Amino acid sequence: MDFYLTALIQGLCFAGIAFGIYISMKIFNIPDITTDGSYTLGGVVTGAMLTHNQPGYIILPAVLIAGALAGALTGIIHTKLKINALLAGILVMTALYSINLTILGRSNMPLLSMPNLFTIINLIANVNQNSLLILLVFVVGITLIIGYLLKTDFGIAMRATGNSEPMIRALGVNTDRMKIIGLAIANALTALSGYLIAQQQGFADISMGIGIVIVGLGSVIIAEAIINRLQITSVWLSLILVLAGAIIFQFVLAFTLNIGVDANLLKLVTAVFVLLIVGLPRLTSRKA
Amino acid sequence: MIEIANISKTFNTGKPNQVNAISNVNLNIKAGEFVVIVGSNGSGKTTLLNLVAGNILPNTGTITIDSNNVTRLPEYKRSKWIARIFQNPLLGTAADLSIVDNFRLAAIRTQYKGLSIGKNESFKKLVKDKIATLGMGLENKIEQPIGTLSGGQRQALTLLMSVMDTCKILLLDEPTAALDPRSAENVMQIADSLIKEYSLTAILVTHNLKDAGNYGSRIIQMGEGEVLRDVSTIEKSKLKQNDLFDWFG
Repeated sequence: MDFYLTALIQGLCFAGIAFGIYISMKIFNIPDITTDGSYTLGGVVTGAMLTHNQPGYIILPAVLIAGALAGALTGIIHTKLKINALLAGILVMTALYSINLTILGRSNMPLLSMPNLFTIINLIANVNQNSLLILLVFVVGITLIIGYLLKTDFGIAMRATGNSEPMIRALGVNTDRMKIIGLAIANALTALSGYLIAQQQGFADISMGIGIVIVGLGSVIIAEAIINRLQITSVWLSLILVLAGAIIFQFVLAFTLNIGVDANLLKLVTAVFVLLIVGLPRLTSRKA
Repeated sequence: MIEIANISKTFNTGKPNQVNAISNVNLNIKAGEFVVIVGSNGSGKTTLLNLVAGNILPNTGTITIDSNNVTRLPEYKRSKWIARIFQNPLLGTAADLSIVDNFRLAAIRTQYKGLSIGKNESFKKLVKDKIATLGMGLENKIEQPIGTLSGGQRQALTLLMSVMDTCKILLLDEPTAALDPRSAENVMQIADSLIKEYSLTAILVTHNLKDAGNYGSRIIQMGEGEVLRDVSTIEKSKLKQNDLFDWFG
C-alpha cells in the first residue's frame, strides 16, 4: 500500500510538469522540450540553495524565477529569431545542462541531512502522510492560481493565441510577448516540480531531468483522452483531469514495478503506455 | 480618416520572383466613407488592405490613420482603430474558445487584457442581447465552442464582435468568398447595417461585382498594383452592373 502512496506523492510532485506541458502544448500549441532542462534547473537551484542554508521563502521564488527565465529564453529564441519551437527548446535544454552542472558544482548532491520543506513542516507524525498533506496544499494552490489565470481576460487572450493567431493580433495582442510569457509560466511550473522532487527524494542530480518531458506529455495525453471523449469545455475540469493524469501515470509505473517488471525497462514501459493511450482511441474510431 | 501617400510594396526584391504588389498608390479615405475595392487576382487589393491593417509594412510611403502616422506601427497596435474581417471565417475567431470568450476578447480589443475576470454574468447578458439581434438563434449557445458553428454564422458573429469595442475602421477582406449565396447576402447586409449604425469608415475588398454595385459609397478598381478607377458617391449611384463588368472586359 505504501508503494501506491509513494506513487501518489510522486504524481502530486509532477503536477507542475503536467500543468506546464498543458500550457505550452495544449494552450499555446508549442511543443516545448525545455522541460528536461528546466526541471533539473528547479532541482539544482533547490539543492544549491539548501546546502547554502538559504531560507525556504527565498528558495521557492528563486526556483520559479529560474524556470521562468529558461522558458522565456526559449520563447525569445522562438519568436524573435523565428526558430522552430522544438529546436529552440533543444538549444536551451542543452545549454541548461552546463548551467545546471555549474550551479550544483557536481553531478549529484545528497540533501537528506538538510532541513527541507517536508521536514520543517510537521503536521502529521507519519512522514509520508505529512508529505502528502503538504503537497496537497501546494497542488491545490497552483491549480487555483492557474484556473483563475485562465479565466481572466489575460487568460482568454492566452488561449486564443494558440488557437487563432491572426484573430488575436487583430484584437490588439502582441502574440510574441504572449508566447514568451506563456513559456515562462510553463517552465516555472516545471521547475516547481524539480523543487518538490529534489526535496522529496532527498537529492538533486544532474541527470534527474532526462526524459522527464514524457511524464508531462503522458499526463496531458491521458487528460486529453478523457476531455475529448466527454467533450469537456470547462477550464477547471480540464485542469483537474490533467492533475489526475499525472497521478494515474505514476500509478501505472508503480503498478508495473509492483508486478515485477525490471526497473531497467521502465522507460520502455512508459513509452509503450503513452503510445497505447494515444493510439488506442484512433484504432477504435477507425473501426467504427 | 485614412491617408495613404506614395505607398509601394515589393515582395522578393531582387529575386527572379520579384512582385511589385503596390506601386506608388495615393488614396484619401474620409471618415464615414464605405470604399469598395475591386480588381482581378494579383491586382494588389488585398495587399493594400494588409498595408492598412499593418500585418505587412510598406517599402516606401506613409499611412496616416485619424491624424496618426501608423506607417511603422505593428498590427496589434493599430487595433485601437481597426477591426478586421478575414476571408476565411476560421481566422476571425478562435475555434476552441466559446462564443462568449471570443466576444470578451473583441470587447476589449482596444484595451489592456489584464488579470481580472471580465466575463461575468452582466457581460454574458450583453452578449446574448447582441447576438439575439442577428435572429440566428445563437443566443442560447454562447458557452459552445465557436468552431462548432457554420462559416456563415461565424462570419456574422465576427462582424458583431468588431463593434463590441470602439471601432472607427472596418476592413473586410472578401468576407463572403467562402460562404454560400444566402449566407453571403446575409453577412453583407449585417455588415452594411453595422457600418451605417456605427458610422464606420469601411474598406471592402471583393470579387463579387453585384456586392460592389449594391454596397458602398465609393468604388475603386485596382490593377497591376495601381489605382485604375476611383468613382465617388454621385457617379457610383449612376453605375450599372454592366459597367462594372465592362471594366474587366
